[in-house]
Amino acid sequence: MSGFILEARDLELRFGGVQAANGASLQVRANERIAIIGPNGAGKTTFINLCTGYIKPQSGTVIFAGQDITALSPRAITRLGIGRSFQIPQLFLENTVIENLLLALSAREGSWSPFLKLTRHPKIDEMWALLEIVGLKDTGHRIVRELPEGMRKLIDIALALALEPKLIFMDEPTSGVSSHEKFQVMDTLTRALDARSTTAIFVEHDMDVVARYANRVAVWSGGRIALEGSPEEILSHPDVRESVIGEVV
Amino acid sequence: MSRQYLIGAGLLIALVAFPLLSPWSTVILTVALCEGLAALGILVLLRAGQVSFGHGLYFAFSAYVVAFMAAAHLGHEVLLLVPIATAASGLVAALVGLFIVRYRAIFFGMLNLAISMVFFSLLEKLFSITGGADGKRVPRPTLLGMTLERESFEFWMFYITLALAVVAALFVARYLASSGGKALEAIKSNETRLEYLGVSSRKVLYGAYLLSGLLAGLGGAIIALVSGHVTPELAYWVRSGEFVFIAILGGVGGVAGPFLGALMFQIIRGYAAVYAPETWHAVLGIMLLVIIFFAPSGLYGLIAGRRRASGEAAR
Repeated sequence: MSGFILEARDLELRFGGVQAANGASLQVRANERIAIIGPNGAGKTTFINLCTGYIKPQSGTVIFAGQDITALSPRAITRLGIGRSFQIPQLFLENTVIENLLLALSAREGSWSPFLKLTRHPKIDEMWALLEIVGLKDTGHRIVRELPEGMRKLIDIALALALEPKLIFMDEPTSGVSSHEKFQVMDTLTRALDARSTTAIFVEHDMDVVARYANRVAVWSGGRIALEGSPEEILSHPDVRESVIGEVV
Repeated sequence: MSRQYLIGAGLLIALVAFPLLSPWSTVILTVALCEGLAALGILVLLRAGQVSFGHGLYFAFSAYVVAFMAAAHLGHEVLLLVPIATAASGLVAALVGLFIVRYRAIFFGMLNLAISMVFFSLLEKLFSITGGADGKRVPRPTLLGMTLERESFEFWMFYITLALAVVAALFVARYLASSGGKALEAIKSNETRLEYLGVSSRKVLYGAYLLSGLLAGLGGAIIALVSGHVTPELAYWVRSGEFVFIAILGGVGGVAGPFLGALMFQIIRGYAAVYAPETWHAVLGIMLLVIIFFAPSGLYGLIAGRRRASGEAAR
């Protein structure tokens, strides 16, 4: 065992003329909260997709908890303990928020009895607790399609959390969430992650969120990590301030 | 009580009473229930966004199992023939489902159609075994060990079919409201997320496919007993298309829908065959167009919608 919960080694992926992953490598220790930042098209989401089996790399490996997961399906990777939320939330739009979450809890518990109504699921209290974490307890009975994008993003995270993953990838978790709710949501979310000892890797464009909630930052550029370090080091780095934050140094 | 149960209860009361008032209607109503069972199987698949144009396969397979068993004097009893033939159809669905659940949308529909047409051809061409296009006669079996006259047999078969249809509809309603049923709907709405919950969408669809094959098989077994004759036409694509037609006509919003659709289908077919024998297919086509354009939720949606509207007005 290397001591890392996740190790991505030299991932390569080319779509046509675009090098989406160009020797991307990242080592993650348990309980870390790593923010991935970088300009659009740097390959941040591609990296998540490669680590979660959505696309397969042309070369390189992904090791999770000592097991090579490079060739595994998203389903198998999820079952091993990796959860994810998406840049565009992936939800069951015609169902209520409650049904979405209870389906995730059923998946985790493997409870598929045809005689048990989903809304009478024994884990219903846990479902409400999950909604509380993302600050959406009042929306439980609403159809997901009717909700704004920001709320959908939070439900997407709650779905991943419901699986009690060891590691969670979150792709822009607070985009679309109002600025005054952003920190409130992140506070409860990080408390929940700490309580569950869940390692988190999140793509983020809001540098205030990065500074406050990450304990390591990886700057993505050209399909690989260009810089890596503590939030203080990275966010004060002149190259980052120019190319990512957009300040004239 | 939910709207679904109220519509179902209303339909059930009407069905229980009708043959008592009009004994001539028992066979037509039994046929409608059998087609309703097959359409209920289509409803299950439609919840996953998949359409089968080949469920005549399961309908015909169980019907022929009944015919062969009855001809061979194997278990010449309704209470044996129906479950054995239904299980045989379930077995075929279990085998076909192994590879068909790998496909979606048009490929799913067309593969079902292709397999049913292979079976149809076998029934037609293997004349010495199947009787070819003439089919096979099904001698009337005993019911609970009693040998009944035709009218009594048809009368009791109707009530047995009705009871089985109620049990099947209640089971499907419960299944669709369960986590498995919601996972089935999730195949239609977001298969990617379902996989990222660690759920095998193929396994979910496989379970539903098996259930739909059993439902069609149950309908086919009973229709063989009631009509006393089976022909390859039971597996023909037109028959499979009728099941889809019935499911859409009745509506897929509730389990009563396919039975409403099947009853309406029989009524239209019955009257159109008398009053418009040359154009009755056109009548059915126009009916379907009207439903699609003006009541896309089918007859079930029409009734459920009206009830809700009147309920709101009353408040």
